Amino acid sequence: MSLAMLDRKVVRDLTRLWAQVLAIALVMACGVMTIVLAVGAYRSLDETRHTYYDRYRFGHVFATANRAPLSLGREISRIDGVASVGLRIVEPAVLDIPGMAVPASGIAISLPVTGEPPVNALYLRSGRLPRPDAPREIAVDERFAKAHGFHPGDSFAAVLGGHKLTLTITAIVLSPEYVYAIGPGDMVPDDRRFAVFWMPRKAMEGLFDMTGAFNDLSLILLRGASERRVVDAVDHLLEPYGGRGAYGRSEQISNAFLSSELTQLNAMARVIPPVFLFVSAFLVNMILSRLVALEREQIGLLKACGYSAAAIAWHYAKLVIAIALIGLAIGGSVGNWLGHGLTRLYADYFSFPFLIFRQSIDLYVMAAAVSVASAIAGAAKAIWTAVRLPPAVAMRPPAPARYRTVLGGRSGVPRLMSQLTTMALRQMVHRPLRTALTTLGVSFSVALLVTAMFSSDSIDVMIDTIFFRAERADARLTFGQEVAPEVIHDVARLPGVMRAETFRSVPVILRNAGTEKRVAITGIAPGTRLSQVLDLDGNPVAMPENGLLLTDRLARQLQARPGTLVSVELIAQGRRVVDVPVTAIVESYVGLSAHMDLAALDRLAGPGPRVSGAWIDVDASRLEALYDKVKALPALGAIALQNVSRDKFRQSIGENILTMMTVYIAIAVIVAFGVVYNSARIQLSERARELASLRVLGFTRAEVSHVLLTEMAIVALAAQPLGWLIGYAFSLSVIKGFASDLFRVPFVIYPSTYAIASLVVLAAAGVSALIVRRRVNRLDMIRVLKTRE
Amino acid sequence: MADAVFIADDVTKVYQTESVTVRALRGVDMTLYQGEMAVLLGPSGSGKSTLLNILGGLDTATSGSVLFRDLELTRCSERELTRYRRDHVGFVFQFYNLIPSLSAWENVALVTEIARHPMDPGEALEMVGLKDRQRHFPAELSGGEQQRVAIARAIAKRPEVLLCDEPTGALDSATGVKVLDALQRINGELGTTTAIITHNAAIQEMAHRVFTFHDGRIASQHVNERRLAASEVVW
Repeated sequence: MSLAMLDRKVVRDLTRLWAQVLAIALVMACGVMTIVLAVGAYRSLDETRHTYYDRYRFGHVFATANRAPLSLGREISRIDGVASVGLRIVEPAVLDIPGMAVPASGIAISLPVTGEPPVNALYLRSGRLPRPDAPREIAVDERFAKAHGFHPGDSFAAVLGGHKLTLTITAIVLSPEYVYAIGPGDMVPDDRRFAVFWMPRKAMEGLFDMTGAFNDLSLILLRGASERRVVDAVDHLLEPYGGRGAYGRSEQISNAFLSSELTQLNAMARVIPPVFLFVSAFLVNMILSRLVALEREQIGLLKACGYSAAAIAWHYAKLVIAIALIGLAIGGSVGNWLGHGLTRLYADYFSFPFLIFRQSIDLYVMAAAVSVASAIAGAAKAIWTAVRLPPAVAMRPPAPARYRTVLGGRSGVPRLMSQLTTMALRQMVHRPLRTALTTLGVSFSVALLVTAMFSSDSIDVMIDTIFFRAERADARLTFGQEVAPEVIHDVARLPGVMRAETFRSVPVILRNAGTEKRVAITGIAPGTRLSQVLDLDGNPVAMPENGLLLTDRLARQLQARPGTLVSVELIAQGRRVVDVPVTAIVESYVGLSAHMDLAALDRLAGPGPRVSGAWIDVDASRLEALYDKVKALPALGAIALQNVSRDKFRQSIGENILTMMTVYIAIAVIVAFGVVYNSARIQLSERARELASLRVLGFTRAEVSHVLLTEMAIVALAAQPLGWLIGYAFSLSVIKGFASDLFRVPFVIYPSTYAIASLVVLAAAGVSALIVRRRVNRLDMIRVLKTRE
Repeated sequence: MADAVFIADDVTKVYQTESVTVRALRGVDMTLYQGEMAVLLGPSGSGKSTLLNILGGLDTATSGSVLFRDLELTRCSERELTRYRRDHVGFVFQFYNLIPSLSAWENVALVTEIARHPMDPGEALEMVGLKDRQRHFPAELSGGEQQRVAIARAIAKRPEVLLCDEPTGALDSATGVKVLDALQRINGELGTTTAIITHNAAIQEMAHRVFTFHDGRIASQHVNERRLAASEVVW
């Protein structure tokens, strides 16, 4: 079958304009790519999470207590809406891994006598679950096992409830409860230093004196059950046993991290693609307007021959659709490829036993519809112009363009600018909308780069604030339970400890203005140097004698200001409720937290001076000795190594940022190049005659290029401050999207980030300028001058 | 006899495309003298524009030699040809080729800015009778006025040669006469060697010499005993 003549024209136009077509298609591809990438990864992750949670019975409600009898389980299961109940013993552990000097932390979870947990089931990757009567057999989570190359049959030592034991791995497992497993004091998962492991209930009962008791509870609810009511009922039942308040999935750490990641992906899918689609619509508009102008006579001829207006409109629409389809094909396949990559990256970050890729066809249909629609929207005006021309008018040349003087430039008056510069400026003023849109397009690429790179600045400041100004200790020890303050002397005697300061951490529920938040109040003694509370300007705050210091985000959520009386429920102290005034609002980037003077907290919580942990500064040369000692310390619940956390954080975030920057820089260069190159090509086409005339008049190639390049340079330079501004706004919205109760990133953009963004974009603009310059060099003077405009 | 400005010797020009070979010039000899006004007649494709483009440094000959005074144009580089056009040649084309974004005065100033001994743009415009229209943009001028601006632009640098390709081709006769009058006055007052290509045989009466082209060669040439003034030309 042969193509209709008009379709042949479409094909030839596409071939002839290939460079511009490709430039537009690439910009469009970026939009499609981000849709497919972000939405695809979102759906894949969401689907994976949903299936995983469902199949492995992830709990809906969670609670902890000091020590509650197993018999309470029956009453709990009778709560309206509860489908199944999991009662466990969960305790912290310090691990001593062969060949690793640094101590690792762990969480030990009891396995029911029946073997398989009714809630939060385990995915068995290899081996077999520990036998109920084998006290030293454990199942470990896969990431920890992988990090150490552990297989079933391997063993390591751990301090559990004050006993040092050797544990043997029988199974490698994954749990929906620990999709994101983060150790104490860490900001990103560190698989080597944090383990979750499951051991038979019997063994744990003996180690922790928990026979016939539990201290951790997970529930699965019936469909349609009220989480709120179940939580209240559980709280009521657990109250006599030191219950610390039940909570739902949204507050479960692993799930909360996963949710915040999914929210970000969703935000990315909503914010970024429109930018590209807008830019590509503008480019389509530019190129098609020019094409219609050039083909004015052909359009007249076609109409004179009897082609209908609709046929002509459809002809140009096909060209546009073809461009959109090329963009769709490129963006779709790259997006699909990157989407798989991103999902896998997430799978590395989060721990899933399987991945479900959801690349459903509707996503592509949506991407296609959106990109074709934006392209047609961009082309609409040009097509309308083509359709409206009466044939007789079309076959006559268009009326000459009218220009205005810029800033009242007068003939004969001595002037500051050469005529060549005047030409460039007048052209810009003559088409103000196009100049503005071109500038906007280039500024978008600057903005994308700023947005891509600022996170590195912000995280830099975050690391500096958290690790060098707030949490300045080398390590934080957390004791198994609250102890008398005299423990400080024991801590100070540990090898290599140069300074030790104690703290108390009391779990509470804060309530104000109808909102409640589950946090811990940290009590800090005056003169504490290893951990400092910073005010909103980043300066250390002297701990007031009374009252609460709330972090910014927490205060906002509770609608509390200095002076507000906040209701404090002391979860572990018989759920007493006391009203405490807020004395200051402070800064914190990690979690929600409240601080108090240590003595004031002791008075508030009773029963006398107590501490729950200590910060220490360590002589780096004696770290090994300390580690050795700590691994065998019975009273120690957990150890957080700030220096190791910091390095891990830097490394992990660094990798992410590098990947992200590479993608963004590629995208920004494509946009900058697409916009500058296309607008220069259109300019060249429109002004070929003028430029050839200049060559005839004896202007050199450099001088002739100057006319075009001046305009490009002005646009590119004007786009910089605008791009910085838009980049600032984009970055701010990204920061807002990042913020969660778990994590908040300060908003900082270094001047160097603006500078680098500008340099990259100006370089891309420079390259397209060079390409156009080459075209100017090849201008055919004679042919241009012989043809009528 | 006056000095020779151009000496073209056995000039040929062959345009070679993939499938077609066009012999635009097949051995042309022509000498143009200082202050002379020459008219080049001939049908389309007879080679007159090709020769004019070669004389003006817009194109190069395939073989033969073209001397502009001592300068061998056939041996010039692209850069040297640009220099040559800038310093010595004024062009006038059928479609004016004014810069639409520059006013009449500015279009002329465009050239005077880069010329070595230019006249004032106002003076050039006065010579073509457009002093009072100098602030207008091309879109605000009639075809004849635009062409006269083009002539002012061509002569403002005081070129030694003025090459005109169908300068009246797009104009009606009354307007065309004004343009021819400007060309004739400039030739007379400034002594600029002028070559005019035309389809319009009536114009030949103004010239000192008339060359008739046919099929890439000069078929005939003659000297006018009596030249008509532009105002006497009718078509």
